Amino acid sequence: MSAPAKLPRWAELGLLPAVNLVAALLLSGVIIRLIGESPWAALKLLADGAFGSQEAVGYTLYYATNFIFTGLAVAVAYHAGLFNIGAEGQAYIGGLGTGLVCLWLGAWPFWVVLPLAILAGAVGGAAWAFIPGWLQARRGSHIVITTIMFNFIASAVMTWLLVNILIKPGQQSPESREFAANAFMPGLHTLLGKVGLAFTATPLNLAFLLALAASFLVWLLVWRTRWGYALRVAGQNPAAAVYAGILPPRVTIAAMLLSGALAGSLGLNELMGAQHRILLDFPGGAGFVGIAVALMGRNHPVGIFLAAVLFGALMQGGSQLSFDMPRVNRDMVVVIQGLVILFCGALENVARVPLAALLARLRGEKEAE
Amino acid sequence: MEPEAQASAPALELRGIDKRFGPVHANRTVSLSVAAGSIHGLIGENGAGKSTLMNIVYGFHRADAGEIWVRGRRVEIGSPQDAIAAGIGMVHQHFMLVENFTVLENVVLGAEGGRRLAGSLAAARTGLAQLARDYGLDVPLDAIVSELPVGLQQRVEILKALHRGAEILILDEPTAVLTPQEADQLFRMLGRLRAQGKTVILVTHKLREIMAATDRVTVMRQGAIVGEFETRATSPRELAEKMVGRAVLLRVEKAPARPGATLLTVRDLEVRDRLGVARVKGLSFAVRAGEIVGIAGVAGNGQSELLEALAGIRPPSRGEIVLSGRELVREGLDARARHRLGLAHVPEDRLRMGVVAGFSAQDNAILGYHDLPAYRRGPLLDRAAILAGCGKKMAAYDVRPPEPGRRITEFSGGNQQKLVLAREIDSDPRVLLVGQPTRGVDIGAIEFIHRQLVALRDAGKAVLLVSVELDEILGLADRILVMNAGEIVGEVAGADATEEKLGLMMAGVKGEGHA
Repeated sequence: MSAPAKLPRWAELGLLPAVNLVAALLLSGVIIRLIGESPWAALKLLADGAFGSQEAVGYTLYYATNFIFTGLAVAVAYHAGLFNIGAEGQAYIGGLGTGLVCLWLGAWPFWVVLPLAILAGAVGGAAWAFIPGWLQARRGSHIVITTIMFNFIASAVMTWLLVNILIKPGQQSPESREFAANAFMPGLHTLLGKVGLAFTATPLNLAFLLALAASFLVWLLVWRTRWGYALRVAGQNPAAAVYAGILPPRVTIAAMLLSGALAGSLGLNELMGAQHRILLDFPGGAGFVGIAVALMGRNHPVGIFLAAVLFGALMQGGSQLSFDMPRVNRDMVVVIQGLVILFCGALENVARVPLAALLARLRGEKEAE
Repeated sequence: MEPEAQASAPALELRGIDKRFGPVHANRTVSLSVAAGSIHGLIGENGAGKSTLMNIVYGFHRADAGEIWVRGRRVEIGSPQDAIAAGIGMVHQHFMLVENFTVLENVVLGAEGGRRLAGSLAAARTGLAQLARDYGLDVPLDAIVSELPVGLQQRVEILKALHRGAEILILDEPTAVLTPQEADQLFRMLGRLRAQGKTVILVTHKLREIMAATDRVTVMRQGAIVGEFETRATSPRELAEKMVGRAVLLRVEKAPARPGATLLTVRDLEVRDRLGVARVKGLSFAVRAGEIVGIAGVAGNGQSELLEALAGIRPPSRGEIVLSGRELVREGLDARARHRLGLAHVPEDRLRMGVVAGFSAQDNAILGYHDLPAYRRGPLLDRAAILAGCGKKMAAYDVRPPEPGRRITEFSGGNQQKLVLAREIDSDPRVLLVGQPTRGVDIGAIEFIHRQLVALRDAGKAVLLVSVELDEILGLADRILVMNAGEIVGEVAGADATEEKLGLMMAGVKGEGHA
């Protein structure tokens, strides 16, 4: 029987995503052409908006930070053989934990608030992921269904909390009061300033570095520890896991806890770093973008970082684009993002077969020489 | 039918069939001619390209180059539909039947011919009655397929092909699931088909079957045809040497066993499947140090469940397993705890359970042993130790290529199995459970694996061998237990065992004394 076409490692990790990305951009270009704008100018605006200035880079990386957290969350679950669609809800509830710590303890020194906020975010996200994880492990309820449901439940719970409990008195919009300044995540420009480097003020903050640290820890945990080994065995071959004395249900629960904790860390960036209050729908779809990021990043922290930056760039460059090119409105930008997700995620295998054939032929010719 | 015209042209002729899968050259300009009204054997090791070739003939794959001629006419076969239209039928190793349909529904499936089912069912019923008369292929047409024994299910597959007008019937490893007696029945049936002018291609890796059933035999190795013989004029040894490309030992040489203390005792063990059906029904036996105990039986008679219960993968519903004085079931010791007590397990289905397909060889070499202190450095895995350990195993067990970083699926079945065996034997077990040690393994590696098992026995370990290959049981076991329907139906000393004796017991004829 024919196996799926196999590519050499470099092509798998580098060439294939690049080809898919180019295909997505080409199709986007066609659409932009159709609405009467110049694709080339649009691409330049997009790139310029995402990377053209310190401010642009700051915003791009600030968006990317959210996507790193949720991308890692999806990836950890993926390695355990679980498709966690619930990063959005886990980020929402995790962020609630972080937000509450900041609201209640915001007067404490920052270096005391920070670990508590990290812990509360992780616990909140993990708790929200635990229930679907437990249901999957012990009752066989499909994790895709339950995590989707839990996104809706999280959304409803948060709306109720913000409208009825947390809302700042005497105000119309469902938002909490602002955190005390001690609970603000220091901006990266401030941190860079301390070591004598000038950087424009942007929402980019310390959480970006925390996300990078989390990436490293996830890599270490998944690929270099016994726990990660058991996780990957259970994810790829549950029967082999049982044979090896690993208990897949336990792995399922543990993986969902870690996945939820990572998603729950989004509040560190979004709430502590940028909004400085709890507000409605602050994850803003990052949980879903995280699925695309993990897919495109091959569920590896390095790939996730690159994919997160790409989606951060689309987000930031896209708003610049819609600002400067009025005919390309916000919805058009969503279309472009959608195309990238479509090509890099859902259709990634489409280019694989011809690419494998092409490489095989090139190699064959080299050998023949 | 025009017997004269048919006799002149071969039923099937392949000319220069060439097929690559990426870097793998599966078929190298293969030319093959199968005479009409003959049984033609196609033999070769796993990966020799025989399945690829037959899949090309049946339209699952398209050849990169080459022509297919059927009864003197060139045909283009792009799909199984084309193959069926050309009068080619195929019976796969894994039956392609809808288990909860009746026999009749299965036969009609895919050839309904019309919107309404009732008419085609009625037509098929008369057609099948005719076929059954012609070939002696009796099957209860209204029985649900899943309730039929495997031998009859296979008959349904054959009927299905004939019903669609197959003149050429390809059987891919048809005896894998049959008792020797059932296999003989199958061969007799094939003989009747031949007598009626049908052509049969028998794909197998079992020399015995080639010798018993075929008129001519073609040997494949590494994608190419390396020999073609009149079956009468060749011998198993000659065929084996052609298959492997060098002289092979078909029998393991071993000294008589010197059994010592009892290491593994099983008492009144009962194992139920998920539906609560007892698959192992109150077994009791013991395995002693320095002996190989073989469990013979047709696949699916409780051997798998027995192995899994012994290994701690599947909890028994009743009974006790004693391993060097510890009561495993009562103490609730799981697979990992049993490992530590000196129980190692080479699982029956390597790809399902024995290895993780996406992992490298070195990561697979610690499966089940990743907790050992030797592979640990602080909280992390010691990559260097894992790499070195795998390298050592590869060298000792001649795993080729010796590249620990290579993905396990890029190794041949035999080399995968050697690595699994190395992993389990290197853990220095007192008792080794081995399931189908040479399934999907090429002859060259079989010889090596058998020698390892005998060496382990000679080192004073207890080996429990479960295999559906009678040759393997006969060649290795010092004592043979025969399982049928979850029970041990007989015990034979290895030296006294014959294929016929075991075969009758496997079919459920109890006791020793009837031969």
